[in-house]
Amino acid sequence: MIRYIIKRLLLAIPTLLAMLTVIFVLVRLVPGDPAIAILGDQATEESLQALRSQLGLDKPIAVQYVDFLTQVLSGDLGSSMTSGRTVLQEVWQVLPYTLELTAAALLIGTAFGLPLGTWAAIRRNAWPDYLGRIISLTGLSFPGFVSAILLLLAFSVQLRWLPVMSTATDDPIRHLENLVLPAFNLGIIMAAYITRVTRSSMLSVLSEDYIRTARAKGVGPGRLVMRHAVRNALIPVVTVVGLYFGTLIGNSVLTEIVFTRPGLGKLILGALTSRDYALLQGLMVVFAAFIILVNTLTDLAYGLIDPRVTYD
Amino acid sequence: MSATVTSPMTAARPGMAILATLRRNKLSWLGIALIVLIVAVAVFAPLLAPYDPLKQNIIHRLEAPSADFLLGTDTYGRDVLSRLIYGTRISLMVGFVAVVIAMSVGSAIGILAGYIGGLFDQVVMGVVDVMLAFPTLLLGLLIAAMLGASLENLIIAIAITEMAPFARVARAPTISLKEREFVAAGRALGFGPLRIMGVHILPNMASDVVVLGSLWMASAIRTEASLSFIGLGVQPPTATWGGMIREGFENILTAWWLAIFPSLAILVTVLALNILGDALRDAIDPKLRSENAA
Repeated sequence: MIRYIIKRLLLAIPTLLAMLTVIFVLVRLVPGDPAIAILGDQATEESLQALRSQLGLDKPIAVQYVDFLTQVLSGDLGSSMTSGRTVLQEVWQVLPYTLELTAAALLIGTAFGLPLGTWAAIRRNAWPDYLGRIISLTGLSFPGFVSAILLLLAFSVQLRWLPVMSTATDDPIRHLENLVLPAFNLGIIMAAYITRVTRSSMLSVLSEDYIRTARAKGVGPGRLVMRHAVRNALIPVVTVVGLYFGTLIGNSVLTEIVFTRPGLGKLILGALTSRDYALLQGLMVVFAAFIILVNTLTDLAYGLIDPRVTYD
Repeated sequence: MSATVTSPMTAARPGMAILATLRRNKLSWLGIALIVLIVAVAVFAPLLAPYDPLKQNIIHRLEAPSADFLLGTDTYGRDVLSRLIYGTRISLMVGFVAVVIAMSVGSAIGILAGYIGGLFDQVVMGVVDVMLAFPTLLLGLLIAAMLGASLENLIIAIAITEMAPFARVARAPTISLKEREFVAAGRALGFGPLRIMGVHILPNMASDVVVLGSLWMASAIRTEASLSFIGLGVQPPTATWGGMIREGFENILTAWWLAIFPSLAILVTVLALNILGDALRDAIDPKLRSENAA
């Protein structure tokens, strides 16, 4: 087990290097001079030169690449050009908000998606199946900010049940009120994915021989699904939840903007609007690290669900 | 992936398989009807729009929907319905052009990687996998921000973010196809690698790639709207759905009609493309065909 974990962690290193390379290439090789982008068209040549050497942009590209890799791997993600704080400090400040939102969305997505997908598979081609498929297709079609705005219009503007803006608060009830709509917004999109995968995975498991055997032995329908089928059907679902994490982050950016919630998304938008390329590059590295971490954890989770997965 | 095995077989009669599936799948007709309607709105926008989408009319600013302005007016007194109709053009155009670019470049990369193989294949597909792992929206955001906000840059940004899946789908069948007799025969006749890839290999996966294209066009329209909403899309005063929602969001407490109609337009368009894409995918993948026949 421990050997497997170590091996899996070692496998993440080339992936991380590849991701860092892609980020580096994207930030450097895209046309346009970052110095002009930061200082504007009117800047003098001297000030542009000064900024270029400050950012290390006057060095050969290969040297910049090595510098970038050594800095990142030694834990230095650079500093924001506007606030002066390090990227890690900036991230640390808003990370709890994003983690809280993501965790709540995962919870809501699983709580709705798993039962709905299972139900749709059991009652295949009957109305629960159609309901599940329509809900999941609609959920998959929503851009994150569109559903956010519709929720905001319905529950905050029309019904006035929940606050329009999330303001910082120490009151736990208010805190929860601020979380409800953003979490539901991400959660229903997540539920759409989970419903879809659970349904198709469940359908294929239910057609397997061992299920037929269990049924022949007189196992009741409830026990059949809960004890025999769910465990096998869960494997693809876990994969999708892991893969979906990237989309979840993308959607959380828009969700945080619509609900004016602090978090990584707002941080990215701020970096974009203030043309803070150093912060932007650092944030991309943080996201890349997150995605690799989740993918690795997803792989490790297979073993917990499926005893047939061996750790060699 | 099952596409490896099925594509050469279905490629001979993809049209028939698709027609047969569409006939069975009633929901797909809804998708087709909606797409025809949306394309018609885009094409005939000047005839359908009651007003000039850019004409400001301060006297009528922020009016709720009425007989004169069916969907109300925005902060500059512009007609929301007319802007919605013209916005259809931007969404469809950006979505279509971006996907065609992603499809052409992506599948070319995939075929090259599969055909050449070796180290080239490993490096290229390594990059493709990293791009697949990165959230589309974040990648689009980064590229669009770097390039600067304009129509061309928006298309480039979306095209780059969507290349990876096409490369994956094109590579797998290439690897098996390049070992087949007809490719060996072509090589024996002295055809160059470009001709073999373009004339002998490409047609065998064209249907897979096109179906994937219809699904990714839905995603492209979603990304376009998201980037325009953030302010990285086509700049005002041009009417775009994402931009209109942004204006509506800024006035969400006073003018609900500004955000809700473009939101519904995006939802309907993406849903229609997803329905059609799903149906087409069922049509070319026999494994799914039996499962989703109803």
